[in-house]
Amino acid sequence: MDDRVILRVGAKILIPFILLFALYVQFHGDYGPGGGFQAGVIFAAGFVLYALIYGLENVKKVLPPQAVYICSALGVLLYAGVGYVTMALGGNFLDYGVLAHDPEHGQHYGILLVELGVLITVFGVMVAVFYAFAGRRRVDT
Amino acid sequence: MVEFVDIALLVLLGITAFSIIRQKNLFAAVMLAGIYSLLSAGLFVVMDAVDVAFTEAAVGAGISTILMLGTLALVGHSEHQPQHRPILPLFVVILTGAVLVYGTLDIPPFGDASNPAHHHVAPHYLEESEHEIGIPNVVTSVLASYRGYDTMGETTVIFAALVGVLLLLSLGPRPRRVFSNGRWITVAASEKDASEGGAEEAQEDTLQISPEEKTLGDTNG
Repeated sequence: MDDRVILRVGAKILIPFILLFALYVQFHGDYGPGGGFQAGVIFAAGFVLYALIYGLENVKKVLPPQAVYICSALGVLLYAGVGYVTMALGGNFLDYGVLAHDPEHGQHYGILLVELGVLITVFGVMVAVFYAFAGRRRVDT
Repeated sequence: MVEFVDIALLVLLGITAFSIIRQKNLFAAVMLAGIYSLLSAGLFVVMDAVDVAFTEAAVGAGISTILMLGTLALVGHSEHQPQHRPILPLFVVILTGAVLVYGTLDIPPFGDASNPAHHHVAPHYLEESEHEIGIPNVVTSVLASYRGYDTMGETTVIFAALVGVLLLLSLGPRPRRVFSNGRWITVAASEKDASEGGAEEAQEDTLQISPEEKTLGDTNG
């Protein structure tokens, strides 16, 4: 990999913007196309690009597999957790209106949290599946 | 103009599909599949489904291409010669395609305001989401709030898919690493490696917990 200077420098420049764009997609999902799913995939793509250019071992130093597995479960738990919190506050499951005094604000908070859960799970799953494929050695028959 | 874009995209889609079928080099087929997804994303944009187009471009053209390339790195990039004759699969494919085309004959025309899909809950979402949810993008309102259960199920399905992949990839003739007790541990791949690695590890262990060192440490302390 040492001789591929253009790829390495190019990736180094691109990756911060990819991650930033993922966050833009996440938080701009209320106003334009996008949301947790797309943002999670783009965020994972940043790390996959890093792995492709700098190697799997280096990206695992940044993002250990353990953290990725925790992420993929954490998102689902966050999503369902929002549902249970709304139940505890007297509403229906995933009825965000009770999260704030103004039901409209409650909806905003609920959607923000739920989309965050989707982001975390999708990001974790995409990176974990990539690790699983890329970490497997070729079986020569 | 829109018709021209439609026709151009569909023609390119058809050309790409036939190229994938004819292609024997699997790397080229995977790249063509990525192009196919990108063209589909373009079609979704023409149909004003930008959120779907976004997902198709990110997942279909992006991540799944990478995963397919990762798979090819494991299994090789040349297609094996098929052992069977293509008559029966061709017949099944043509029959299925004909049934699907027959099914589209009953579908109401695209974008028609009198479609059933536009008369059930869609008018409520479009008219009331501004007051009920207060978010300009109705797609997000429907996805995360009105249809929050569905999206939660979808997220769970993604998680379940990961569990399936990890279970499948940790079976069979072993690479050097397995997933056990919640972490990746290194195991020896063959017996030769096992004897070497095992001996080394045993030596390291004895070095670490050797009584001399302990006593040395005690006396120093």
